[in-house]
Amino acid sequence: MKDFNYHSAKDSKEASQLASSSSAFLAGGMTTIPSMKLGLATYQDLIDIKNIKKLSGIKVSGKSVTIGAATKHVEVSNSKDVKKAIPSLSSLAEGIGDPQVRNRGTIGGSIANNDPSADYPSACIALNATIHTNERKIEAAKFFKGMFETALKKGELIEAIEFQIPEKSSYQKHPNPASRYAIVGVYVAKYKGDVNVAVTGAKSCVYNDKEMSKALSGNFSSSSINGMDLDSSEMNTDMHASAEFRASLVVTQAKKAVDAC
Amino acid sequence: MGKISLEVNGRKVEKEAPDNTLLSTFLREYLQLTGTHIGCDTSQCGACVVHVDGNSLKSCTALAADVNGSKVTTIEGLETNGKMHPMQEAFKKLHGLQCGFCTPGMVMSAVDLLQKNKKPSDTEIRDWLEGNICRCTGYQNIVAAVKEAATKI
Ligand SMILES: Cc1cc2nc3c(=O)[nH]c(=O)nc-3n(C[C@H](O)[C@H](O)[C@H](O)COP(=O)(O)OP(=O)(O)OC[C@H]3O[C@@H](n4cnc5c(N)ncnc54)[C@H](O)[C@@H]3O)c2cc1C
Ligand code: FES
Ligand code: FES
Repeated sequence: MKDFNYHSAKDSKEASQLASSSSAFLAGGMTTIPSMKLGLATYQDLIDIKNIKKLSGIKVSGKSVTIGAATKHVEVSNSKDVKKAIPSLSSLAEGIGDPQVRNRGTIGGSIANNDPSADYPSACIALNATIHTNERKIEAAKFFKGMFETALKKGELIEAIEFQIPEKSSYQKHPNPASRYAIVGVYVAKYKGDVNVAVTGAKSCVYNDKEMSKALSGNFSSSSINGMDLDSSEMNTDMHASAEFRASLVVTQAKKAVDAC
Repeated sequence: MGKISLEVNGRKVEKEAPDNTLLSTFLREYLQLTGTHIGCDTSQCGACVVHVDGNSLKSCTALAADVNGSKVTTIEGLETNGKMHPMQEAFKKLHGLQCGFCTPGMVMSAVDLLQKNKKPSDTEIRDWLEGNICRCTGYQNIVAAVKEAATKI
């Protein structure tokens, strides 16, 4: 791994002042460090944001759950407040990787990285999340732009993610047996008069499946999407699954999610 | 370059190291604690698991700088007065290892599990050891060893 300068920022202001075109923020490091070790990424400066107090913690208000960007997966999965308000979100966190990944990895790092098979991006889309940065608020639907690409500008720091509490919700994934990343994951959330069906792992970027959302908004039962033949032309094919298999998995996982709601 | 101060296995240590020094490198090459193994470059195998402030982590995926000031326990720190930790005894007794490469990480992970869940079921043990890969044993005896240790701790 090439050498770099390590900085620990005290607050968001210092973190964004230190940022440059050759820096990265360091949260859990569970993506950044392996990428640097493999030579896929090099930075001159790593700006550790874990010591910024404001970025950690979970708050539940009447309608929403707000999670600080540097909050670890283990904290979300263990949180009684999250379990009570949005149980599917704590079980999503519990299903990420392994205990050591969950002890370090953060929600902000996960969504900033926007891996096409990461779990949290689907929660953001399904739960009508708002991404709070040090500069602005971004709706989840406008945040995830493409493979490993988000609306974040260089040096823009995610401070918190605010999820809207649904009436019912469930996240179901078909995990890669080695890494636990989603080969396909589907997050279904039901609000008054509206259902979101967020899909991760299937395409180059997380998305809300309009066809299934519409069917489920009309009739919230797995029978209304049973046998749905989704277009697989934009779906991923790799050593783990073909596009056709993924299209079929999306429907299977969505049905499981609806039944589990 | 910066100063790294840690408490490792109860002993205070302080060394200068470049900022890109991984915790695993710091333990193995600066402190000669080579019980912590390195099996991969992708944070997947778990051979490098140690405890930092009471929680298990993969030391190959943490910078020494980033855990500065913490208390670290490695496999070398488990014994007391030359007596093996009950988890080590159980691995030995039930053949929870063959080549032994994965063992330090397995044991450190399993000890952390028992800190959090005193009587884990087989499924809970298997789930917890998700991040520890063993090429030899087929895991059966590892799970048996963790169950045995749970009766002794
Ligand atoms: C073995 C293994 C298995 C895994 N399995 C899964 C899985 O099953 N599901 C899953 O979803 N993920 C999985 N992950 C990924 C894991 O969830 C990571 O924690 C996550 O992708 C990155 O989070 P981090 O906090 O470690 O970020 P880092 O690696 O520290 O940072 C990642 C990127 O995000 C940027 N960043 C971090 N925080 C912020 C912020 N607040 N604002 C702006 N930018 C920021 C960094 O600059 C960097 O570019 C796995 C990882 C490993 C190593
Ligand atoms: S060496 Fe750390 S996970 Fe493989
Ligand atoms: S005993 Fe050989 S890898 Fe586990």
